[in-house]
Amino acid sequence: MSISPERETRELRLQQIRREAELRATSISKLPSDSHMDARPSNGHGALQDFEPAASASPQTGYYGMPLLKTPAWTWEVPIYFFVGGAAGASAMLASVGKLTGADQRMIRDARWVAAIGAALSPPLLIADLGFPKRFLNMLRVFKVQSPMSVGSWTLVSFSSAAAASAVLSELERRRVLPRIPVLTDVAEIGAALTGLVLATYTGVLVGATAIPVWNAKVSLIPIHFATSGLSTAVSVLELRGHASSALNKIGIGATVVETAIGASLEFGKEPATEPLHHGPTGWTMRVAGLLSGPVPLALRLLSLTSPPRSPRSVKLRKAAAISSIAGSLITRWAWVYAGRASSKDPKVPLQLPGPARPDAEQIPQDK
Amino acid sequence: MSVTAFLTDSTLCIGCKACEVACKEWNQVPADGFDFRALSYDNTGSLGHSTWRHVKFVENGAVPGFGGNASEVFSWGFSSDVCKHCANAGCLEACPTGAIVRTEFGGVYIQPDVCNGCGYCVVCCPFGVVERRPEDGRAFKCTFCYDRQKEGLEPACATACPTESIKFGEIEHLRDTARERVRDLEEKGFDDVNLYDPTDTSVGGIHAFFIVRGDPKTYNLPPKPEVPTTYLKKGWMSAGIAAAAMVAGAFLAFTGSSDR
Repeated sequence: MSISPERETRELRLQQIRREAELRATSISKLPSDSHMDARPSNGHGALQDFEPAASASPQTGYYGMPLLKTPAWTWEVPIYFFVGGAAGASAMLASVGKLTGADQRMIRDARWVAAIGAALSPPLLIADLGFPKRFLNMLRVFKVQSPMSVGSWTLVSFSSAAAASAVLSELERRRVLPRIPVLTDVAEIGAALTGLVLATYTGVLVGATAIPVWNAKVSLIPIHFATSGLSTAVSVLELRGHASSALNKIGIGATVVETAIGASLEFGKEPATEPLHHGPTGWTMRVAGLLSGPVPLALRLLSLTSPPRSPRSVKLRKAAAISSIAGSLITRWAWVYAGRASSKDPKVPLQLPGPARPDAEQIPQDK
Repeated sequence: MSVTAFLTDSTLCIGCKACEVACKEWNQVPADGFDFRALSYDNTGSLGHSTWRHVKFVENGAVPGFGGNASEVFSWGFSSDVCKHCANAGCLEACPTGAIVRTEFGGVYIQPDVCNGCGYCVVCCPFGVVERRPEDGRAFKCTFCYDRQKEGLEPACATACPTESIKFGEIEHLRDTARERVRDLEEKGFDDVNLYDPTDTSVGGIHAFFIVRGDPKTYNLPPKPEVPTTYLKKGWMSAGIAAAAMVAGAFLAFTGSSDR
């Protein structure tokens, strides 16, 4: 195939680079050997590194202790989206199940609105996180079942439409602006509940099915953790809105029991990949998240049972539990993203290296 | 079109970085800084959004005579790293926009006019190759010189390599070449030569394999890279269980309470 003159010039440039390299190589090999400087100074340039450098490259340290994986590019919008989307999805489910079982109408209405508001907030958060936000519609170019990001994008679009339709249609019906159109409202309601369930859980698959060790080691747990966290938040938001049915408290107790169990399993289940969950700031973030989502609200909710339902004391205790759960849930999402960042910088797991996670110079054997 | 591959033979590499320079010039990749890391002579660190070829500098013990070394100085091992163009590519599977495609040459290519910078490929690459370029927002990596290959030319790095440490060709032919080279080196008395080509993992083999002396871990080459889609089954199963449990829990709580 013939190439243009401009390509010809660029092609010649590659040949020039090659010749230059050859020439320099020959001239350097003529240097006396004592001109080699020791390339192992004792301290590294801290500003350039956000990892613990090792003194050498070896089978024990990897390549100078440098990270093997890339750090997640996700910024603060993503954990907040996990939180908002999870709560909204669970809330849509509560509205649907509540309606099916004849729960309080006002509670159902609020649950629909929590879902709709969450549905409205989620897309902007995700779009803001894109490196090239103008192209957010490219998410809908294809559907790839093997990509949780693709499944999630389609889920979010469906959920947002359904949750908004469900809230608006029910409101219009209630105010008698529109006659009741059961097909539309019911389809929207059930659609929001079903996509909401995917929305509340897929984010766990999204982070779990990656190359980041702490995430993929816990791929079975994170979807459950995120779902429970979302459910807890949905119930808590409704309680803060003034709904004090004992049914909501029961769901809250169930969710906080599961949260407590998850917290305990994260704390006591140690493996090399989950090191960021146990040490350093990431470990403490996860512990605080665990306490605020699990034992603290659980204790408050159980305590509220000692007073008559809907009594001021009981309501107060449940609102305190709700605040703790919401804070815990937000920190939980942040803690997982934060742990993933720390995990990506540690080459120990992907390289199956022995010894401490962050190799330090003393423990590196000298060259053979 | 035949499937093509890179064979990077680090036993021939002199660390001249002509591949890095040629790659940058041909692909017009922005500068990646001149950061002396005080770890070795390596000033590029790792592959990234603006480093598509990266020469690793590894110090070994003194091997008199090898590579022209005097007996009193340690020897250098150099290896030019590149995107592995996995047979089962994590980035390609993860890409929600379809920006990442498999080319007719078997390479993995990010279409810059489609990528919206979601960053999911970054966390799904088991080799830590793909990265989002902050000032641009999109993800970038080695294109396998798709434009050059389309015109029947070798990739820029292979063209510029003065020692033919970077070989380019039809994949199976190159695998044979690699095995032959390892045998050859072993016959010459090098007992620590390894061919890095993880075919027995879920990535199903790579289209850029490496001949290195010593343990590939030294060069940050993971012993068991896995394509993250292998975790999907577990993840979705959990998601299903969680969703079912949420519905069941809510149903029980509502029906089991007189006060709903």
